[in-house]
Amino acid sequence: MIPLAAAATSIHVAVWQVAASLALVALAAAISFWQKADLERDIAVATGRSIVQLTLVGYAIKLIFDVDSIWLVLALLAVMVLFGAITARHRAAKVPGSFRPLLIALALAGGATLGLVVALGIFEPTPRYLVPVGGMVIGNAMTASAVALNRLGDEMGDARARIEATLALGATAREAAAPTVRRSLRSGMIALVDSTKTTGLIFFPGTMVGMLLAGASPTDAVRLQLILLYTLLGSVSISALTATLLAYRNFFTPAAQLRELEEATT
Amino acid sequence: MRQSPISDDPAVLFELRDVGLDRGGKTVLDALSAGIPEGATAIVGPSGAGKSTLLRLLNRLADPDRGEISYRGRALTAYEPLALRREVGLVPQLPALLEGTVESNLRYAAKLAGEPLELEKTLGHAGLDPSFAERDVNKLSVGEQQRAMLARALAQRPRVLLLDEPTSALDHAARDTIEAALADLRRELEISTVLVSHDPEQARRLSDWVLRLEGGRLGGCGPLAEVLA
Repeated sequence: MIPLAAAATSIHVAVWQVAASLALVALAAAISFWQKADLERDIAVATGRSIVQLTLVGYAIKLIFDVDSIWLVLALLAVMVLFGAITARHRAAKVPGSFRPLLIALALAGGATLGLVVALGIFEPTPRYLVPVGGMVIGNAMTASAVALNRLGDEMGDARARIEATLALGATAREAAAPTVRRSLRSGMIALVDSTKTTGLIFFPGTMVGMLLAGASPTDAVRLQLILLYTLLGSVSISALTATLLAYRNFFTPAAQLRELEEATT
Repeated sequence: MRQSPISDDPAVLFELRDVGLDRGGKTVLDALSAGIPEGATAIVGPSGAGKSTLLRLLNRLADPDRGEISYRGRALTAYEPLALRREVGLVPQLPALLEGTVESNLRYAAKLAGEPLELEKTLGHAGLDPSFAERDVNKLSVGEQQRAMLARALAQRPRVLLLDEPTSALDHAARDTIEAALADLRRELEISTVLVSHDPEQARRLSDWVLRLEGGRLGGCGPLAEVLA
């Protein structure tokens, strides 16, 4: 097991330190004002929301840690899946009925990856592990499935002529949509694959930074980071695959016709 | 000639009964009743008359909102759609080949239909010489792509071929090549064709039965000499 608990309790961050970091927010707002980027209002809203949201989440996590109930953890993860699907749906506006595929994709990605890391004995099934790892897994799964379905919506529009010409040959909907589904799946996964390639070279990932700041040894920080990266790879591939394979069907009728087709009237 | 796996009534190919279709709150096809016999039929009419829409109904790429269409005496909806499309092929107006070579496109189509592919012969029927087999579809001219689309449809050995303005984007030379290929098809392969064309002269050259559409309604249907007199 990873000695996360020991590391995490070794530093204390005071409120004045957080307040002092607002100086950098002021700098960002000043740059925006100076260069007329018109982002001051957004920066203020973003700062306010980050304080409120993270504080609330902090109290919620503290409560869950104190209660120490696996059921409460599962309830929290279910809420994350639900809100993740609702959020991702906006990115997938061109995909008809995208909510159900997204909900199933996030639930499956979260359940399978967390289940596997627990079953393999990597993490204990306790709130201290499942809440933060679950949040990362579901968050990344949400981004991946949203990107994949966003691409699917665009591609199904762009490739309509080719897909219909393939259907005209007597191909099934699945066969006709296969190249499109493949590209959508790829675009959902590629960001994490690329960042995994460059991790440590171009940027230090968040978990590793957090652990180093909290006083953990670099070896432990690296090991935990690797575990999380691989867990996320599993999660994004499951969610992007599930979402695209379920969602492409919504573009077709049971008779393998493209739905909502702009009919040629020439 | 190859027997149909799904039907064999020779008299009338398609029969339309009160066929109507709306799109975006607009009536595109209205109360169409007409017959299309075996042989060569042209659907003619001005732009926006509903010709392409009607063609797509014939192999169930779309279904009418009203009325019924039958193929060889049975309702279109009684056929399994994928099997129907392999027997009643459609070549769309704009080329839309799959990534790869001309040959890979033909092989894909033949495999879907469960037919062996006679590559050179099939290319020849579409007016393409054997050297086209290895060509990347993205490096073909529009005219060559349209002929590759025709060859791909022929690779499935259809009994009926629906052709949507197969020469609309072509110059005279390329148009003549495709027209000659279509005339050969009828002679050599006994394939019935239903051709959409905005050009009455092309209809005269390539068909003996004509269906004329005007604003989504039937403007005439019968032998070439009567409808395009």
